[in-house]
Amino acid sequence: MTQFTLSSFSISRSTTASRIAGAIALILLAILAAAPWWASSAFLHLAGEFAVYLALATLWNLLAGYTGLVSVGQQAYVGLGGYLTFSLALFLGVNPLLAIPLAGLAAALIAIPVASLVFRLQGAYFAIGSWVIAEVFRLIAAQATALGGGSGISLPAAVTKQLGAKWLREASIFWLALALGAGCLAFVYLLLRSRIGLALTAIRDSEVASTSLGIRIGSVKHVLYILVAGLTAMIGALISLQKLRVSPDAAFSVNDWTAFVIFIVVIGGIGTIEGPIIGTVVYFLLREFLADYGTIYLLLLGTLAIVIMLAAPKGLWGYAAERFGWSLFPVGYRITFPDSGKD
Amino acid sequence: MSEGLHVQDIESFYGDFKALHGVSLSLEPGRVLALIGANGAGKSTLLKSICGLVSPKAGRVTWKGRDITGLPGSQTVALGIALVPEGRRLFKSLSVEENLILGGQVGRKGPWSLKTLYDLFPILNEKRSQPATSLSGGQQQMVAIGRALMSNPDLVLFDELSLGLAPIVIKDIYAQLPKITGQGMSAILVEQDVTRALGSASQFLCLAEGRVSLAGRPGDHSRDAISAAYFGT
Amino acid sequence: MDILNTILQGVLVGGLYALFAAGLSLIFGVMRLVNIAHGDLIVLAAYIAMEVIKLTGLPPLAALVFVVPVMAAFGYALQRGILNRTLGGDLLPPLLVSFGLSVILQNGLLAVFTADSRKLDAGALETASATIGGISIGLLPALMFATAVAVIAGLQYLFYNTALGRAFRATSDDAEIAELMGLDRRKVYAWAMALCLGVVAIAGVFLAIRSNFDPFMGPGRLIFGFEAVIIGGLGNLWGTLAGGVILGVAQGIGASIDPGWQILAGHVAFLLILALKPRGLFPRMDG
Repeated sequence: MTQFTLSSFSISRSTTASRIAGAIALILLAILAAAPWWASSAFLHLAGEFAVYLALATLWNLLAGYTGLVSVGQQAYVGLGGYLTFSLALFLGVNPLLAIPLAGLAAALIAIPVASLVFRLQGAYFAIGSWVIAEVFRLIAAQATALGGGSGISLPAAVTKQLGAKWLREASIFWLALALGAGCLAFVYLLLRSRIGLALTAIRDSEVASTSLGIRIGSVKHVLYILVAGLTAMIGALISLQKLRVSPDAAFSVNDWTAFVIFIVVIGGIGTIEGPIIGTVVYFLLREFLADYGTIYLLLLGTLAIVIMLAAPKGLWGYAAERFGWSLFPVGYRITFPDSGKD
Repeated sequence: MSEGLHVQDIESFYGDFKALHGVSLSLEPGRVLALIGANGAGKSTLLKSICGLVSPKAGRVTWKGRDITGLPGSQTVALGIALVPEGRRLFKSLSVEENLILGGQVGRKGPWSLKTLYDLFPILNEKRSQPATSLSGGQQQMVAIGRALMSNPDLVLFDELSLGLAPIVIKDIYAQLPKITGQGMSAILVEQDVTRALGSASQFLCLAEGRVSLAGRPGDHSRDAISAAYFGT
Repeated sequence: MDILNTILQGVLVGGLYALFAAGLSLIFGVMRLVNIAHGDLIVLAAYIAMEVIKLTGLPPLAALVFVVPVMAAFGYALQRGILNRTLGGDLLPPLLVSFGLSVILQNGLLAVFTADSRKLDAGALETASATIGGISIGLLPALMFATAVAVIAGLQYLFYNTALGRAFRATSDDAEIAELMGLDRRKVYAWAMALCLGVVAIAGVFLAIRSNFDPFMGPGRLIFGFEAVIIGGLGNLWGTLAGGVILGVAQGIGASIDPGWQILAGHVAFLLILALKPRGLFPRMDG
């Protein structure tokens, strides 16, 4: 056995790259926050959409990549968030912006009984079970005549006015998107750095580790599912305000809110924090160039996801990280040996 | 060199763990080799490297003059190599007889058939339509042995024959062993009970931490030497 | 009499759902794979049948002579070419690859056949019916149900009385040791997928005779099949028939109250059973 003396290595949680990345991220966030003063409304719209997908992908990745809960039904909570926001605004006169956190809270409460049902299904069956839940929500929404039934409803002008004039409305929706996108990323990052996060990662990487860490992983998964449901619903609420409209088929769309999100995470790198960011960038780039081709675009995304899953299951980021040892959001501890050339 | 089994300097992994660091052995036709060593010494990995469940990363396995290194398990059986796995690993949704039939699926010709097996282990005939895993431990071991014999192998790898069995049952099974190996078949016998293993074999090989620590004929070495090799001291 | 009629029609439709479910149950049993594209493959079979009929002028059920082997061959190739590479204990690859496959199939069908809904015309078979005790039984639903019973009985026989079935069970029990019996698991899995898609072909043709279909119907069929599997109990082929029947009856009762509740009622029945009997109504004993 090789022996190391204590002084011959050091342990750190950050890397130079991660510190630079952190600084750049903060500067970027500040510049973006000022976007309503310097950017066009088309840019605000696109950036808002980017934040939405980044947030959805980050949350889905937390479930699938770290806890093994592969949900094909997160659109349940996207739609629920939208419908709850509209209900609160239309029937109770709540300011739509205030309705967003309320919708998140309500959705998390609804997720409690839902979780106790779908958690009875194991592995892949959990995936389809979560899809059934989304279908149930969609069908119920289609029955809600007060909310336009199957064809949906637009936010009445009187309610839209509460969001202020056009500039202020667009700015506040953009800020919300930015806050949710950055917030979800920060939430997942901090969670994964915590003791719970380390336990989750350890369990994912090794079955043996789970018992020795003394964390009851079953209930952790349960709580995370509910938290993610609440956050996803807040994103859904935001989406409904971006569109100023909800309809069952759009709000509970499996393609828009789950298929694309899965592709983003798989392409970027499942089970890494950076993966969803890279994936979202790739997704938006592809979309800018190929969206006009409609079906071909989806065929391409599906094929790309399959190829990546088979050839590089850790996605673009995982591949790069393994090759070059990159890490922007270090969640583990790193041991550095001064005399070893590479690290 | 062409006859029998020759393992040359193989290195194999068990998951990420390097279990064999250059192991060699030779076994002539009709001989029985006792493979001994402490837990984790690499005995099972060696057997799996021979029958094709583990593919060695280096070295060579030749059998009847043919290089079979890395040949998958589904093909080594057709060449006459059979394994009686540790813990028996019977197919739980198959009956006793179905387990045996599956063993003979490759269709090699030889002395073993359902009939000759039922003659050897009459109790299996009685219980032939029961689910295999409903039998007692000793009877299950008979099924596992029978399943391997049904392919009419020229080499049988027995992994921990007596593990978890009552002493009286072990005695019974070992009493049948000469009838089995007497048919001109070679065998490698992995056994915790070193005395029993050495008593049934014409040669032995002792592994310690993935390396050969001692090999030869049982009579050539003192108990102390074997014991030292066993514990890797 | 109305309620009795509703129930009976639901039972017969349940046969179709059992056909959706049987293939799912089979491949889960053999290789623990849940194929998200299962429903889309049912729809693919419907389109293949449509093309076969166009080319040959055969009636839909006779077209099965072509559709079943074509789908089975496709299943074999799909398993050997793609799905086998995803199997290795980890949950994510098979799930995500089959999900990608589902999106590819939907959009591929959309690109080739447009979003127009189609239907296969089975002529007099569709309207023929017999009245027994005041209840009218359509020939088509009755045939569908009888086919489901025959398919499940056939699968059951194959599973427990043939060499292939033995290979399926052995590989499912312990794939590594099964290798040592000369069974190459990649081939065994491919045969299971071929068989599954053979059943899918039958389901697809009945689906296409019974109702309109379009490229996006797959996920819904996957969900019905999945619900039937869970209701009936994992690993139990006859259970999928019971599951299909319960689902069909629940949907029928829902629809008789309000057409908008048809599908919802099926989901609610599924969730109720999940809440009360999470292992399904007829779980396999050794599961």
